[in-house]
Amino acid sequence: MNSRQVVEQGGGTVPARRLRQRILASPAFMALISLAGLCVLWQVAATVWPSRTFPPPTAVWQALRVEAASGALAFNLSVTLMRVVAAYLLAMTIGSAIGIALGTHRRADRFFDPWVVLFINIPALVVIVLAYVWFGLNEAAAVCAVAVNKIPNVVVTMREGARALDPRYMEMARVYRFSALDRLHHILLPQLQPYFAAASRSGIALIWKIVLVVELLGRPNGVGFQIHLHFQLFDVAAILAYTLAFVAVMLLVEFVLVQPVERHATRWRRHPA
Amino acid sequence: MRPVGADTPLKVDIAEKTFRSAQGLPVAAIRGLSFEVPQGEFACMLGPSGCGKTTTVRILLGLDREFTGTFQLPTPSEGRVAAAFQEPTLLPWRTLEQNVRLALPHERRDRDLEGLFESLGLTAMRSLYPSELSLGLARRAALARAFAVDPAILFLDEPFVSLDERTAQRLRHLLLAIWSGKPTTALMVTHNLREALMLSDRIIVLSSRPARTLGTFFVRLPRSRRSPQAMNDLERSFHAEFPEMA
Repeated sequence: MNSRQVVEQGGGTVPARRLRQRILASPAFMALISLAGLCVLWQVAATVWPSRTFPPPTAVWQALRVEAASGALAFNLSVTLMRVVAAYLLAMTIGSAIGIALGTHRRADRFFDPWVVLFINIPALVVIVLAYVWFGLNEAAAVCAVAVNKIPNVVVTMREGARALDPRYMEMARVYRFSALDRLHHILLPQLQPYFAAASRSGIALIWKIVLVVELLGRPNGVGFQIHLHFQLFDVAAILAYTLAFVAVMLLVEFVLVQPVERHATRWRRHPA
Repeated sequence: MRPVGADTPLKVDIAEKTFRSAQGLPVAAIRGLSFEVPQGEFACMLGPSGCGKTTTVRILLGLDREFTGTFQLPTPSEGRVAAAFQEPTLLPWRTLEQNVRLALPHERRDRDLEGLFESLGLTAMRSLYPSELSLGLARRAALARAFAVDPAILFLDEPFVSLDERTAQRLRHLLLAIWSGKPTTALMVTHNLREALMLSDRIIVLSSRPARTLGTFFVRLPRSRRSPQAMNDLERSFHAEFPEMA
């Protein structure tokens, strides 16, 4: 209501009209309208078919507020987020190192390629169960299990990147005697950046979903544990509240961290001749 | 104060260099290539396309070590080497100025390059990325990078190829102007006789593949007096001396 008033008041002047048009045409505004539409549809459906297992958005909002007020929401979100971050860093570091090594050493690649294929096809659940059996129900086992699930994907992507390295740049660096650090910073990493970004992007999406499974199976806290708990209580509103809250956190990470970093790293691409 | 050994010439004596073809058969690229370039001279290696000139430069740059023979660069221990390749080979993710400065040793990264950029007409383009440069400008940037390091020896591998003739000619004049300001031992690869006659003190003439030295043609006329007429005369006497290059 408030925003509509502002728009109507400013509707008379040309700059204000232009601003309004720009807001209406912006993708963010479209996304907002679209999500609001989904909520309305959900509310209508929940009113037509009332059921304890299909709560309306208002009930989910209520559950969210209860969890937030007790501090449980913030605690569990942060615990899960920390696990995501730890597993992501571990998987990207180890996966990149192995991938670059395999991409630049053909013999090693030929030997280890079956290993990569094997690991990429092991179900996430098996890795998690084995990690808990072998290393106990502890934090390290949980994070490592998630990382091990992701590492083969990172290896495959980064290996592709290392194979595509342009030898001319390395030769130029040799002629001008670049230091090892300069070669890494100015020759290798910029060429690998698109592959790193691809591995990173699919990595975050995959990791946070696996983290929930790990928490469900063997951790006493986190979003996955909460979902398990509320599943046993048949509390669908709380399950949805936790799910939506964590999706919101991951979207926030995408918009405030991943996209700006990527824009900065690819700034040189946005200037066609 | 000249570093010790600054007067040593570039000495090249490559006995043989062979490649493996796709079928695994040996193909000779160079057989019996030897020449010398005294300190401070501009030399051109002239030969038909595909005769092994680029291979020679790659060997001298240390990028290809599988050959038999020896070579000696001027001031082997401390002098730096600079090269302008057929492709400008600028890093697309760094600006023009960063590309030039990255070639410098760390302690000289922030040296004053104003004059160099000015003389190559690059001052306004310093903060552009290579994708925003035309081929001619990218070649100029590659030359700037090569001269910025104050090299003991400069290798130029067909740096003006695939430019239109007017742009190429302007770049040749720019190259000469900068080079004359500080004559550096230079070895340029070309298959363009007039380009070689315009730029060099001596022309090393190579046979077709496998490359060997046919001889050396000395251009003793000062560069300022190489008028179109004089160039025609030089061309005639070159053909008289090397009839097989016609």
